[in-house]
Amino acid sequence: MATVTTTVSTRMLTEQAHQTRQRVFGVVFIVIALASYWLFARNVDGGLVSTFGLNQGNVPAAERLPDWEIPSYGTVTALVVVSAAVGAYQLARGFGRATSVMLGLVALFFVFSFLTWATRDQAINLAGMLKTMVSRAVPLTLGALSGILCERAGVVNIAIEGLMLSAAMMAALVGSVTHNLWIGLLAAMLTSALLALFHGVLSIKYKVDQIISGTVINIFAAGITSFISSKFLQVFQELNNAGTFQAYPIPVLSKIPFIGGIFFDSNIFTYGAYVLLIVVHVGLFYTRWGLRARAVGEHPRAADTLGINVFRTRYVNVVLGGLVAGFGGGYFTLGSVGRFDELMTAGRGFISLAAMIFGKWTPFGAAGSALIFGFAESLQGKLAILKVPIPSQFLLMAPYIATMIALAGVVGRAIPPAADGQPYEKQ
Amino acid sequence: MPPILELHGITKHFPGVLANDHIDLTLNQGEILALLGENGAGKSTLMNVLYGLYQPDQGEIVVRGKRITVHSPNDAIAAGVGMVHQHFMLVPVLTVTENVMLGVESLTAGVFLDRKAAAARIREISKQYGLQVDPEAYIKDLPVGLQQRVEIIKLLYRHADILILDEPTAVLTPQEADELFKVMRSLVAQGKSIIFITHKLREVLAVADRIDVLRLGKVVGEAGPKTATESLLASMMVGRQVELRVHKTVAKPGEAVLRVNDLRVLDDRENLMVDGVSFEVRAGEILGVAGVQGNGQTELVEALTGLRPTLAGRMFIDGHEVTRASPRRVVELGVAHIPEDRQSDGLVLSYPVADNLVLNTYYLPPFARGVVMQQPEIERAAAERVEQFDVRTPGIQTTAGSLSGGNQQKVIVARELSRPIKLLIAAQPTRGLDVGSIEYIHSRIIEKRAAGCAVLAVSTELDEILALSDRIAVMYRGRIVATVEARRATKEYLGLLMAGVSPDQIAPPEEGEEVQAVF
Repeated sequence: MATVTTTVSTRMLTEQAHQTRQRVFGVVFIVIALASYWLFARNVDGGLVSTFGLNQGNVPAAERLPDWEIPSYGTVTALVVVSAAVGAYQLARGFGRATSVMLGLVALFFVFSFLTWATRDQAINLAGMLKTMVSRAVPLTLGALSGILCERAGVVNIAIEGLMLSAAMMAALVGSVTHNLWIGLLAAMLTSALLALFHGVLSIKYKVDQIISGTVINIFAAGITSFISSKFLQVFQELNNAGTFQAYPIPVLSKIPFIGGIFFDSNIFTYGAYVLLIVVHVGLFYTRWGLRARAVGEHPRAADTLGINVFRTRYVNVVLGGLVAGFGGGYFTLGSVGRFDELMTAGRGFISLAAMIFGKWTPFGAAGSALIFGFAESLQGKLAILKVPIPSQFLLMAPYIATMIALAGVVGRAIPPAADGQPYEKQ
Repeated sequence: MPPILELHGITKHFPGVLANDHIDLTLNQGEILALLGENGAGKSTLMNVLYGLYQPDQGEIVVRGKRITVHSPNDAIAAGVGMVHQHFMLVPVLTVTENVMLGVESLTAGVFLDRKAAAARIREISKQYGLQVDPEAYIKDLPVGLQQRVEIIKLLYRHADILILDEPTAVLTPQEADELFKVMRSLVAQGKSIIFITHKLREVLAVADRIDVLRLGKVVGEAGPKTATESLLASMMVGRQVELRVHKTVAKPGEAVLRVNDLRVLDDRENLMVDGVSFEVRAGEILGVAGVQGNGQTELVEALTGLRPTLAGRMFIDGHEVTRASPRRVVELGVAHIPEDRQSDGLVLSYPVADNLVLNTYYLPPFARGVVMQQPEIERAAAERVEQFDVRTPGIQTTAGSLSGGNQQKVIVARELSRPIKLLIAAQPTRGLDVGSIEYIHSRIIEKRAAGCAVLAVSTELDEILALSDRIAVMYRGRIVATVEARRATKEYLGLLMAGVSPDQIAPPEEGEEVQAVF
């Protein structure tokens, strides 16, 4: 029975691989638990208490939740024990498909142990920190959605950094000149879409290497915005004083204790990100446009033989991606500080691409990764206040190191669309 | 009733080539027209013109008595013309339903994909024409035969009446091909018309109602399956009398030159492609490895030649262990390798023929003295080999990329066989070549066998395997499922093994049955 023996032996081999994977994870969980004990539990005195605030600053006194006070040593120790137990079970039996969930849980425990340790005998506002996480994640999510739109159709777009930077500047400039935030935002989106179209023409029509085209746009954007900024925006302050979109609490939802303040009391950029997240997800996986775009990104020749216009599909997606990146760029000025500063996007366009890859080119995956990166940024801010003896740069590095490790093996290989980055040649 | 399709005077130039030269062709409703011709005869070009992928320089296309212009596949689809391409046009990460509906999606509320409605229609079509397939399955999980069904369903879903099948059997086992022929019969019985492109004579005679033979861009003859014979068609295709049988003497096997023990090899995506393979090849014999494309032959050859790391198992050449040997070590042990893909692995296309002829010996005297290349010596040797192996090239400084496929292959054969070797590993040695080149390369391989060289010949063409081999090993899903003496093997028997049927379940062919090797 050749057929049967073949499948059996292949299954045995995959079985072996699974077992190795299972053991590796078990060991990793236990190592994390031990590290957590060694770093955090060991040097905390028994009686200390960590205090976490659960309210946003603007919540009226009557509706405030009491602070959450937990014994530092006891909490960390409990988390260490649970993590170690998870590791032991993983070694003995394995969690099977739930392994990644367990990994997330153990990582979460580790981070929380760290927070508890850092807050021993002090207080931090957990609710405020999470709110910061969400707002930091907004531009990353928007950038990642822009990347997904382009790359699902087969065009690599590393120019998102440049698109967002140019958009941020135009938003501030036009917003200031017209005294209208909406017109500023529109200008931002159009600027970004125009640059994206340029990227499209270079990479779709002229089949320029897409990394080079993207890099050119990034360098151009950095140069032109810095020039305009130093020559005009910094000199004539009235050109760089657009103001910001105000927060608009969503009725009912914003009243949910703890959660409401974190997610539903923000400005249009956050809500826009929520809407776009759902629109892009539904659009990609449940509409004709999405099916065609994905087919073009995976196997353009197949799409072509079915009468789908590969070039037009790619242009549409690249320009849509540009609009989304432009909206994200507007966040930096109209959504947070109201004015433009040189190179203010600070590499977040690239980080959104990391979020896109970590999220395996899916909108919700990318948004989840953006939240993790956003958390790291907000953590960095808080820890400066708590006087933690770790250089803040190291904390900023942490999520990216974790991403690299995760991408290298934990979540499985992230497989890009098959025709990603390949110009299409008609026969 | 007028013919459903007529082509009048179709002409198509490519730079330097007249691919179609005033071709006239007629297809009647409800018939299977076979378009027979060698690679490069212009069959695919003609069909791409009809399908709107190329624009003809001259000529007209008439469907159901009406002249139409076809600027894009959309026009062809609108006229009821559908095409199954030689390389499948399916998106692996999408489902059957998604692939079939792509381009003609059913929608609900004008926006959302109606997968249910599409799947229901696919089931209907499956039932009507006997094309069973699961609409929810992902293409990447389907075997090749089923993928081809999906391609056919795609055409029927678009209401195509004229179906073009471009070399549909190239990726199938003989049994799968017979299955396809049944489907084709059922399609024409229900009123569809089919143009069937192939270069395999057996298939043409098995399934066609009419046969048009193309050579060098022209229709050179027409025949009916009843009156035509294989040798008649072959000489029409090639333009001269062709020797269809390979003559060889009885093998006198000597010592084992290549021994492989429980070899396991992964592919680039870490799939286990070679799964515990053991065999040996003796001096003076040809071991043929048969199997449908993608059953581990490629990885096996790459592992043997040092191009791919092995996962487990051991390999010995002439007593030396080569399990972890570098490609150069393997070459130096006297192994010649004719790779599967001559353009990417066999030649440096942008180098001149002369340099390509010394790719495996350039660092040795007399071609190099220390680090200095000896150009005169390289050119002298090149001139000699071009002469000896009948490579048709304008000169030895012509780039390899500008030669025809047959001559490119001859350059490789010249390079590999013109030094003392003990083992020849030939992977798909004649893929895509014209009959003349096939004859030539086969005779060279048999010459090496007569000179006491061990030969491992890997091919997906059963005719080639049967023509060359002394023993035949059949690979299926990474394993050698059976090894048989070539004189006892028949096509049907091998075909069943290639399809994964266990050898215990098939009665081996009778001893002494003579096999006609025809290609």
